[in-house]
Amino acid sequence: MAGDAPWLELDLLLPISARRIAVTPIARRLGLVGPSGVGKSTLLRAIAGVDRRVTGRVAFERTRWQDSSDATWVPPWARGVGWVAQDARLFPHVDVARNVAWRGGKPWQAHAAALGVDGLLDRMPRNLSGGERQRVALLRAIASGPRLLVLDEPFSALDRPMRERTIAWLGEHCDVQGIPIVIVSHDERDLVGLGAEIVEL
Amino acid sequence: MTPFDPLATIRLSLVVALLCTVIALPIAILLGWVLARKQFFGKTLVTSVVMVPMVLPPVVTGLLLLGAFGRRGWFGPLLAALGIEVSFTLFGAVLAATVVGLPLFVMSARAAFEAIDPEYEDLSATLGDTPWRTFRCVTLPLALPGIAGGAVLAFARSLGEFGATIVLAGNTDATRTISIAIYALLDRPDAHAEVIWLSVASVALSLGALVGYELLVRRQRRRLEVDRGR
Repeated sequence: MAGDAPWLELDLLLPISARRIAVTPIARRLGLVGPSGVGKSTLLRAIAGVDRRVTGRVAFERTRWQDSSDATWVPPWARGVGWVAQDARLFPHVDVARNVAWRGGKPWQAHAAALGVDGLLDRMPRNLSGGERQRVALLRAIASGPRLLVLDEPFSALDRPMRERTIAWLGEHCDVQGIPIVIVSHDERDLVGLGAEIVEL
Repeated sequence: MTPFDPLATIRLSLVVALLCTVIALPIAILLGWVLARKQFFGKTLVTSVVMVPMVLPPVVTGLLLLGAFGRRGWFGPLLAALGIEVSFTLFGAVLAATVVGLPLFVMSARAAFEAIDPEYEDLSATLGDTPWRTFRCVTLPLALPGIAGGAVLAFARSLGEFGATIVLAGNTDATRTISIAIYALLDRPDAHAEVIWLSVASVALSLGALVGYELLVRRQRRRLEVDRGR
């Protein structure tokens, strides 16, 4: 798709810890592991474009999203990154259906059924369990029609069988749609399940 | 003094308080949001200037307003050119009550914005929302009950405003709100009943406003509640 250029190039300087992290994955699924506090979430936020304290370079499929050397900056609303935050962050003032269809988006009803949340559409987020919220947040990110998915511990509240079903569906969906994934997880089985290239921070 | 009409007095108080609330609303939203979300040089100064009427004796606030907007004040010539007069006018009464009511409004709005985790706004941006759309569709709806609570507080404070109003706008038919009418009637031995009636009205309106505030603040908390079980 992107010829011989890597699909993702990261060369970032994290704030506070002042750690430099350079990653150029080969596989189109990148799994980040490492001790807590090392900056995994911050890295995902930088890819999504919502953390302006991070300096350095982010390029996706030859497009520079950020380059501090010449002040290049693509704002988050123009990047098309489907970001699932560690806290699901469903908008608490609208129901599940309006969360998922936030910007109109692509048809998503079939995906809702696949993720087992099609029976929750008229619920308010506060009336969902942690696992339900995570699956809705994933569905919302997918329904936005992203060019890249960035997932921060997206399955942590799911039990093992549900986790495996969700991972299997997600992997297949992203294969069909050609959507690459960057994922942070404490459970290496998640990353193996997605066939991700694992990078330790 | 013209024949006393308690209904007209109460009506005027409500009109003044309502005008104050409407005028202060956009200012409170803008200032509340800026103070909650932005860091800038002079932020402490801006905050202090907006908040100072809350702790200043209202009479002094009235004097300061007179110095700024009175006929011989800084903006006096400008207002005069526009045909606007603060002394003995509704405009003066509204100006005084707005300045005194604004701090409570800004404080509530700021607290409402600060209570929203910025990650909701970040998420909205990654879903394709421009900052303006994020503000309209995420930030503002989430802060709305808190802002409404601030509006009720400002309304109630404007309703009871006395000191700044009497100094800036004086006591005439155009400015005689409940508090000013009570003060004027205290001099008249035959007006005991009217004083009591106006006081009762004042207590009822203030209590009603506080109940409204409580309900709205509870709603704000519920709106931001993510997990009912927790």
